[in-house]
Amino acid sequence: MIEVRGLTRYYGTTKAVEDLTFSIASNEIVGFLGLNGAGKTTTLKILAGLLLPTAGEVRLDGQDLFSAPLDVRKRIGFLPEEPPLYAEMTVRDFLVHVGLIRGLTREEAESAIPSVAERTGIQEVLDQVIGTLSHGFRKRVGIAQAIVHHPSLVILDEPIAGLDPVQIVEMREMIVGLRATCTVLVSSHILSEVSQTCDRLLILKNGRLAGQGTESELALRARGHARLLLSVRGTREDLARALDGPSEVTGWTVEAEAGAVLTARVDLSGDHAEVVVRRLVEAGVGIRRVVEAEAELEQIFLQLTGEGER
Amino acid sequence: MRGLLLVARRDLQAYFNTAWGYVILAAMLLIDGLLFNAFAMGASAQYSSDVLEKFFYLSSGITMAGAVILTMRLFGEERSAGTMVLLDTAPLTDLQIVLGKFLAGFAMIAILLGLTLYMPALIFVNGKVSLLHIASGYLGLLALGATVTAIGTWGSAVTRGQYVGAGITAVVTVALLLTWMLAKVSDPPLKAILSYVALFDKHFQPFQKGRINIESLVYYASLTFAFLVLAVRGIQGRRWR
Repeated sequence: MIEVRGLTRYYGTTKAVEDLTFSIASNEIVGFLGLNGAGKTTTLKILAGLLLPTAGEVRLDGQDLFSAPLDVRKRIGFLPEEPPLYAEMTVRDFLVHVGLIRGLTREEAESAIPSVAERTGIQEVLDQVIGTLSHGFRKRVGIAQAIVHHPSLVILDEPIAGLDPVQIVEMREMIVGLRATCTVLVSSHILSEVSQTCDRLLILKNGRLAGQGTESELALRARGHARLLLSVRGTREDLARALDGPSEVTGWTVEAEAGAVLTARVDLSGDHAEVVVRRLVEAGVGIRRVVEAEAELEQIFLQLTGEGER
Repeated sequence: MRGLLLVARRDLQAYFNTAWGYVILAAMLLIDGLLFNAFAMGASAQYSSDVLEKFFYLSSGITMAGAVILTMRLFGEERSAGTMVLLDTAPLTDLQIVLGKFLAGFAMIAILLGLTLYMPALIFVNGKVSLLHIASGYLGLLALGATVTAIGTWGSAVTRGQYVGAGITAVVTVALLLTWMLAKVSDPPLKAILSYVALFDKHFQPFQKGRINIESLVYYASLTFAFLVLAVRGIQGRRWR
């Protein structure tokens, strides 16, 4: 588990990050979002041990990153946007070297290679010189170096930048697969990818945390209300009978009608799905499907970062 | 110690995994060989010890030039390739990183000097020199090489570009070489100080003549230590920048 308290970082007199406080549970995949200059990279570099903060603390499994940096760095893997690779080495030699400098014995480093290669899909290039690899494989080797020493926290900065659609899908699966053994912090500009990969989001604005939570929680905050999508068998009158009474329902509209099946959007003042379901049942409406409507991540992002007002 | 050796081994491999290390070693050996043939052996008859003395004189220049060129990549290459992040996020101290890189550079100097051994050996074909003279000359070259390697490690650590690093290393080395000239036109006590800090004039010449000078070894060790400390200080600031 990683806990960040009051993290602040100045570059000279310029404030990059201010009073960031958040925590990430073990085996959680968290997306880190923000506009350029919001402080994402600075924060990731501090968490990876590359930069020191002006103030604040970072604890990994209870251990302070800044008072015991060498111990904590052994348990962190970091992939910057451009993978740090020694082009003249073979993939295998490179991964063994990275394992060794991160504290593994030679036996441990060599025995870690097959499983890391399988998780990142680089078995076929293990004995190839890194300088001859394609961009996609370089990214994979970048992830492999970040996990070869079995870290408990993996930080990935823009892991899908520059990948083609097939590679993006593979990278997404790879990142989700990391959850089995690590906590993962992913920064990306591609919001749909973050949406599909991450359990929770942290949104930065001007160096401060503008919002954090699941996509639904953020949508609730951004819209100011919750929204359900219903698929029911009944008439508009049946729906009106069920939904026009309770104060929890702030509005509703039928979006589609196919025979006796209606698709409707219901806006709520809070998390009151059970009230809607009970009312529908009482009104004799046949419930086929009730789901939470997820806002477009772009809309949440724009609202929380204030860019929607421009 | 383990981290230091891992850094040193990787950097030493880097010299030989590309043509860079071979090209530098070959070029230095070629120049040293040509200078040895043209100026040390000469055309006229001379004492073997004089030939050996000239060889060490010429090789000292090659050693210093080799150290300037070989150290320019130590940090500069890592920065330009973006691989410094591997060292910065690894559980390595700044001292281990600096000493590892210094050790790799110094190992290359030692390899270069080892490959020049055939030249003193050639003297035995038509002459005779003392093995102690050879040993003391090489000890002096190693000490001089270690010092310029330390200056180069510092130059590479505190600059972003490889060529800027090499330039700074060369300027500092030349400045230390020329202090004896300033000493000639200075008054005491500055004269004594400038004379003492001269990299070559006062401190290398005893080794060149076959004498092992402890005072000079202490001087070279002190300068090496000082520049390595400065290199560590130089890279410590990067986590605040």
